[in-house]
Order: sequence, then C-alpha cells, then structure tokens
Amino acid sequence: MGKTKTLAGALLAIATLTATGCSGGGAPSTEMAEAPADPGKATGSITVLTQRTDLVQSGAMDAYAAEFNKIYPKVKVKFEGLTDYEGEVKIRMNTEDYGDVLMIPASVSKNDYPKFFAPLGTSIKMADKYRFSDKAAVNKKVYGIAQFGTANGFVYNKALWKKAGVTAWPTTPDEFLAGLEAIKTKTGATPYYTNFKDGWPLVQWTTNIGSVTCDKNATNKLAGPVSPWKRGSELQVIDTLLHDIVKGELSEKDPSTTNWEASKTKLAKGEIGSMMVGSWSITQMQDAAEKAGKNPDDIGYMPLPVLKGDGHCATLVSDYQQAVNAHSKHKEAARAWIDWFTEKSGYSAKEGAVPTLKSAPMPATLKDFVDNDVTYVERSETGTGKVNDIDNAAEIGLNKPDYRQKLIDIARGAQKGSLEDYFTDLNKRWDEAAKTAGS
Amino acid sequence: MTKTTEVASVNTHRAATSRPSTKASGTSHPHGRRAWGQLLRRATPWLFLAAPLVLLITFTYVPVGNMIYYSFTDWDGISPDRNFTGADNYVQIFTRPELFRVFFVSFYYLAASVAQIAIALYFATVLSFDLRFRNLFKGLLFFPYLINGVAIGFVFLYFFQDGGTLDSVLSWFGADTDHAWLGDPESANTSLAGVSVWRFTGLNFVLFLGAIQSIPGELYEAAQLDGATRWQQFRHIIAPSIRPVLSLSIILAISGSLAVFEIPYIMTGGATGTSTFVIQTVKLAFQFNKTGLASAAAVVLLMIILLITWIQRRLVPDEKVDLV
Repeated sequence: MGKTKTLAGALLAIATLTATGCSGGGAPSTEMAEAPADPGKATGSITVLTQRTDLVQSGAMDAYAAEFNKIYPKVKVKFEGLTDYEGEVKIRMNTEDYGDVLMIPASVSKNDYPKFFAPLGTSIKMADKYRFSDKAAVNKKVYGIAQFGTANGFVYNKALWKKAGVTAWPTTPDEFLAGLEAIKTKTGATPYYTNFKDGWPLVQWTTNIGSVTCDKNATNKLAGPVSPWKRGSELQVIDTLLHDIVKGELSEKDPSTTNWEASKTKLAKGEIGSMMVGSWSITQMQDAAEKAGKNPDDIGYMPLPVLKGDGHCATLVSDYQQAVNAHSKHKEAARAWIDWFTEKSGYSAKEGAVPTLKSAPMPATLKDFVDNDVTYVERSETGTGKVNDIDNAAEIGLNKPDYRQKLIDIARGAQKGSLEDYFTDLNKRWDEAAKTAGS
Repeated sequence: MTKTTEVASVNTHRAATSRPSTKASGTSHPHGRRAWGQLLRRATPWLFLAAPLVLLITFTYVPVGNMIYYSFTDWDGISPDRNFTGADNYVQIFTRPELFRVFFVSFYYLAASVAQIAIALYFATVLSFDLRFRNLFKGLLFFPYLINGVAIGFVFLYFFQDGGTLDSVLSWFGADTDHAWLGDPESANTSLAGVSVWRFTGLNFVLFLGAIQSIPGELYEAAQLDGATRWQQFRHIIAPSIRPVLSLSIILAISGSLAVFEIPYIMTGGATGTSTFVIQTVKLAFQFNKTGLASAAAVVLLMIILLITWIQRRLVPDEKVDLV
C-alpha cells in the first residue's frame, strides 16, 4: 500500500512539473499585415474563423469566397464556424493555431492585442478611412477592422404603438413608461420583453452609454473611481429606466422562462411592444414578420428616450473586429480578405448594419433615424481596455447579463434591496476595483 | 513387482533428463531466454495498464496539476504572462461573503438528497418482494437517470413555465396558483432540487435494490416464522446489510449537492439566487476571466469533499456486517 502511494505521488509530481513547464509560446512577429499590391499575385490558403455558423452552413460564406476569388484568384479561403465562439477561440489562442483571420474575442485584454494579432496600420490613417478604429488601437497601431457597426435603440412594433395611441417617439423616460402603460391597458400586449433568461439581450442596454449625454467619450470617462451609477450619469439613467419598466409591471410576467427566438415572432405579431436590441436585429424581426404573415414595415426602431438639445442621440458601436493572426503565414492574403469583405462584399448592407467605411452610406433600416435627424455618436473606445479591467476586477460585468438580471430581480421583488442601495453597492465595488486594477 | 516398476521409472526419468540437457547445450543463451521471458511476464500487467494510464495522466493528473498551479497566480486565461500571487486567491474565497454565499444554496439540494434516499429506499424495499408489474415499476423508476441532463433541463423549463405542464395539471385539481415557480429564490431552488430528485432517485434505487436482493431469502422466512412484521424485517434484516451502500449513497449525496451544476445552469443560468458553487466558479473563469481565482475555488471544493469523506469514514467505519 505504501509503495503504490509513493508511486502515485511520484507520477502526480512528474505530471505537475511537466505541465507547469508548458506556458506561453514563442514571441509573435510584429510585421504589419499589408494588402498585396497586385491582386493576381497574392497566394495562400487562409482559414477564417467566424461565429456565423448559420452563414457557413447555408453556403453564404462560400458564395462570398467565390466573389473574392474573382479578384484574388490564387487565394483559397476556408471557413470555420464556431458555435461557442468566445470559449473555443479563447482556448485556441493559448496555442499558435487560431486561423489566419479571426474575430477578436471579447475576453482578450486590449493591451494583449499586439501579442496575438498583426498590426494593420497606424491609428491616424485607419481613423481617416474606417469607423471604430480606436476599438483595436494599441500604442498608435490598429489591430482590427470592424465587420460593421450597429446603432442602438429600441426595436418596436409601430402598428401596436399606433393602436395604443402613441405615434411620436417619446422624449423622456417618463413618456416612454407612459407609452408602455398605454400599450398594456389599451392592447393587452406585453409592452416590453426583457429576454431575461437568455441574458445577452440585457447586455445590449450597456451599448447605450453615450446616448444620454451625447458624449463620444462616455466610456472613456468610466476608467477610474468615478462612481458610474451616481445621479445623472449615463448608467444611472439607463439602468433606472430598465428598473422602472419591470417595477411598473410593464414587462413579461415570468422573466426566467423567456425565449429569444420566440420573442422575435411575438414582436412581429404585435404580442410584444418593444425590446432593447441593436439595429442588427431589425432585419431579423422583418424576416420573422414575413414568416408570420405580417407586414415587415410594422417593425420600427427608435432611439433612447432622452433628448440632448432638441434631438435624440444614438451610439454607434462596433460589432466584432476582424484581425490577422500574428503567427499567420499568409498575412497578405489574410489582409486582402479582410479589406475585400469589409469594403466590397456588401455584407454590412445585407445585414442592415452600419458600414465600417466612413464613405459608405447608412443602411435602409435606419432611414427613420436619418429622417428624424438623430445624431450618431461614434463612441470612442480608447479607454475600453482599462474600463474592462476595472469591470472584471469588480466582478460587475457591464457586458455580462448578471448584474442586470439582479437589477430586474430587485425591481420585481424577487431579491431583497432597493434600487438606491444596489447602485450604492455597485459604485463602491467599482471605485474600489478602480484603485487596484488598471495600473 | 514394485521394484521393477520403480527401477523402470528411475530409468525412464534418467533418460528423460538427459534429453533436454543435450538440446540446451545446442542454444547459446539459456539464461537470457529465461530472463527475457520473466521480464515480459512482469511487464505485461504494466503494458495492459499503459493505455488507461496515459489517458488518466493526460486528462486528469496533468490538468489538475495545472489547475493547482494556476490557483496561485492571477492568470486571466489568455494572456501569455502570469503573475505569482501566493495564497491571495484562497484568502479571497474565504473572506468575500458573496463567494461563500453560494454554499447556502447547496442546503436545498442536501435536503432534497435526504428525501431522495428515503424515497429510493422505500421503493427498493417494496419492489424487492414479489409484486405485480415489478419490472415495469423498476424500469419507470430508473429511466430518468438515463436521460441526458441538458435534455432534462429543457423539458423541465417547459414544465415550470407560466401556464406550462405543472400549472395545467394543478388546474385540473382546481388549485389555480398564479405562482412563478422559478420566480423567487426559495421557489426556484426548491423546484430545481425537485428536478434533481426526479433525476437521481433511480440511481439510488438500483443500488439499494441490488444490495437488498443479495440478502439470502431464508432470513425473511425465518423472520416470518418468528412473527416479525414488515417494518421489523426492514429494521433488523435489511437496514444492517445495506449499510455500506447507504454510506456510499450519503457520501455521493453530500458531494453531489455541493457540486451541482447542470440542472441550475441550463434552467436558470444561475440567476435569481440559484447560483451554485460550480456555476460561480465557471462564471469567474469564463466571464470575468479570473482563471486563477476559479482554479482556487475548484481546489477548495475538492478539499471540502475529501474532508467530508474522511469525517464520514471516521464516524461510520466500514465494518463487515455478519447476518447469518
């Protein structure tokens, strides 16, 4: 018995020592990934990692690759669709094998971008040409180009709101709540659907930071012990609106059993009044309306009900950013793909999204915003790295559903506490974390 | 008579021994061949064990070793640099109340396991005697254990939904409660613990049934002749002989209620106060990128389970129960 124990102990010790020796790969190259000068000469076989498994399976991505091959005949493009994109890519980035082109996962700390991705250009040049370039800018070099961007606001059913007697966009949170109340009493539909169970729709509220004060530096201002939920701040207004919606019983009865896919059809049919999701969802709602036999023009989009001056503001935020793997052997071909996909493929227009190229026009889905003179706020992301570090250290999660789920629970009485106490606690945790993190 | 056979046998024996020695002198390494054979014989068990050992080391010991190493760093899961922070993660786990609060949720599952063992024991006892449709009941009780946990989670989401199966069945009996089963922490935890009971009763049932059926039948006959009631039979015959299985079930129940993950993660994602220790560990690791802290949490869980097992072994030692 003693012998087997010592043997087991020895095996475990050996295993541990060998394992701890394996940490970190070789230093990545810092060569810039430039587009090839002559399209005909670019060669190589590149792998593109994407989270759009639906497009990979339906063959849509291959169709884009075929179009791409008309200009770059010698580059072969392969796609890998990953369902759990964040989880899988995060693990693969511990090795050198994470495709040639990939979307930058949210879990990578911004300061680590140079260790994983090849620089694509200098900040100044990229900012001239592309929107959202500062989201991936580290030390004056840009490491990612956004696929497209989204505007933020509420997607709503115009016909339903009209039935309840509201035709103009509400201009204050109280007006918005009054509108929801009208929907509840006059139509019996659920005025607002939180999508509590799926969680990620609750994160969409965070993308509104900047819409309240129309300030493009709104996120950067959070990088420090600033008590983000103090009275009058962006987060306080946004989260209080959500809290009041739930407290006024203007949302669904049992949040823990909500379903995103079903909610799209319900909104299209007029059983739900509104939801807070990015403008990328407009085309999905329109599809659901067509499938349900309803008029897709009933789907509308309105900005956050806060006026600055006499106009609404809507933040423009970047979707996933595309980057070139620093260990890739075909950086030119990879860059060629990224450039073509962002500028010439028509992908962002098809998705109804805001194009990355500054010179390209806004999509048709945002026509209402253009008609009503909504000011677009392209949010600066230079301080995002530090803000995320403080956020993770405080374990609040501005981009995670948890703290808003707790907010909703407090609003409907499922958890103890008041809104004021919750905000005070969040402020305290943020400020404390700001002192230690982000140094 | 015997003498001649003896002599004959001695002669044949001597002739027999002479033959192999002539053969042996023909080969070059008589001892080498024997040593190789002996080596092969001693190495054979290890060769058989090589495949499972390699798998065990690669997929269990190396990751656990890594995890223990990470628990002393502040690694975020992706960055190539790791800083050694000593026992800071462990201190955090024991001093931050929100991290420790999740253990209270385990009490719901612990209470549920008590109910689970009692129900399983009852059915095992009843179904070990001759009963009509015995096998059908055994099948029905064990079937839930075979279903995948994720599938169970989704099915019970529909069950507990507003106007779902549970509400419909209750309304047949006229009990129209407008209750949101997963709405507040107590109700949600009780419902989830109930799902756990539904799922695992079958396993306990089969274990107990096997143990009970290994009791020789004459004991029951002897007890019946002596005029013992069913309850007395249970108390004095069945209970002592299933003690080892019972103590195993209790250890499994305690470690299971500390480490429950699948059902609450699928059904509520840990929201509304249903977060368990493992759910919190997973969130720390993959949402907040605190791989170091999460590794420390996992090591703490392992230590707690080892401690409980050790205490249980001390209190109720494994003695051989002699019935006959």
